[in-house]
Amino acid sequence: MTINPQFPILFSPTHRLQWEEAQQKYVILYPEGMVELNQSSAEILKCCDGTRNLVEIVSELEQKFATSGLLNDISAFLEVALKNGWIQQSN
Amino acid sequence: MAGYNNQTNITPPRWLLAELTYSCPLQCPYCSNPLDYANYKTELSTDDWKRVLTQARKMGAVQLGFSGGEPLTRQDLPELVKHARELGYYSNLITSGYGMSEEKIVQLKEAGLDHIQVSIQASSQELNDHIAGTASFQHKKDVAHLVKKHGYPMVLCVVIHRENIHQMPEILAMAEELGADYLELANTQYYGWAHINRDLLLPTKEQFEQAEAIAQAFKEKVAGKMKIYYVVPDFYEDRPKACMNGWGTTFLTIAPDGVALPCHSARELPGLDCPNVNDYSIEAIWYESKAFNFFRGFDWMQEPCRSCDEKEKDFGGCRCQAYLLTGNMYNTDPVCSKSPEHKTIQQAIDTAKVQSASGNEKPLVFRNSKNSRLLSPEVDFSNR
Repeated sequence: MTINPQFPILFSPTHRLQWEEAQQKYVILYPEGMVELNQSSAEILKCCDGTRNLVEIVSELEQKFATSGLLNDISAFLEVALKNGWIQQSN
Repeated sequence: MAGYNNQTNITPPRWLLAELTYSCPLQCPYCSNPLDYANYKTELSTDDWKRVLTQARKMGAVQLGFSGGEPLTRQDLPELVKHARELGYYSNLITSGYGMSEEKIVQLKEAGLDHIQVSIQASSQELNDHIAGTASFQHKKDVAHLVKKHGYPMVLCVVIHRENIHQMPEILAMAEELGADYLELANTQYYGWAHINRDLLLPTKEQFEQAEAIAQAFKEKVAGKMKIYYVVPDFYEDRPKACMNGWGTTFLTIAPDGVALPCHSARELPGLDCPNVNDYSIEAIWYESKAFNFFRGFDWMQEPCRSCDEKEKDFGGCRCQAYLLTGNMYNTDPVCSKSPEHKTIQQAIDTAKVQSASGNEKPLVFRNSKNSRLLSPEVDFSNR
């Protein structure tokens, strides 16, 4: 399983991405489990709305944080996210 | 209630287990409800539960299990699910499937339920219906299909013991057929009803190892499609489980009558004086009650735990297991090979094996109100 750069990326409809006030962080919720996210992971996942592909997500975040060269970090994280079932792709 | 809190770094609860009722149409002989459940007749009202959910959520609880008994017997379940969703909980319904209909599955989805865990007792109708004490096999499979049809993630939960462990290949095939997203293979934990039925439920080491190898190979085969939650058979481990992730650190159980428990078996322990949500707020219960501070930290430990370099990893294991097997809840969990009472585990294994080989086994004690009253007669002074 690897990310196809052509296809849009969607956060899994059977998981939930949510801000937790008590923990002051974003978490992913799924059956009987929870993953705590750091800020950059949460920013990436928030872009996975099913309309943007990898390149579009990278350019959006580079623009938002006025930086460049994020492709490797973002694609490495998305590979992990895909493997864990947090995101999905459909063609 | 103040005065019991001498800890400075108490983490807030993350997991709230709402045991809505002890009513259940099933009679599984390994049920985790207390043996004397039939003596607890009162149940919290809808408003009480809403207050509990609100208070725990404010503290940071986010995973919520609606459990029991059979939670579907509570008619206010959709209302409680809706309240939980509004508060931002991730709601898990832990059900036998009994009493579930397509209409209810849709209604609960609209109310905001996130996930349904369906239990099946075996991979064959005959054994499932025998263990459950109720003809329920086909209906459970129908419910599992409907859960998937309506877009829920589904955990299929199968409790493993000597009567069904030989079905491991068929259980795995059934999970695939039903489209489970997660399969919980829960080796029986010997508390409550499972404790009194242990000689009939505890598999041999050979049976465990064979079943585990089959499950492990399956896990690799379905990687990326289905996740396996494997609840370890701790009688065959030499280090204890980190029970409840540490006492009073993460888990909060509320029993049907409103008693707050640091774990769902803690009612078995003597002298905890577990507080009731009718008398105290969740915040007071979590931070200040005697029960929740009882085994927090490490000061309560005896040797060999006290000086053990693994105590921060396993917290001395399970207090209920220490109590049930050694008679002293402060002792090291006897599963640990460092425990001076470790031999009690091997004795239990040997006794179960002899029972199994004798071909003359006593019958299982099923979990029902009649047996509950027989095992725990209520003292009644009203006639005196």
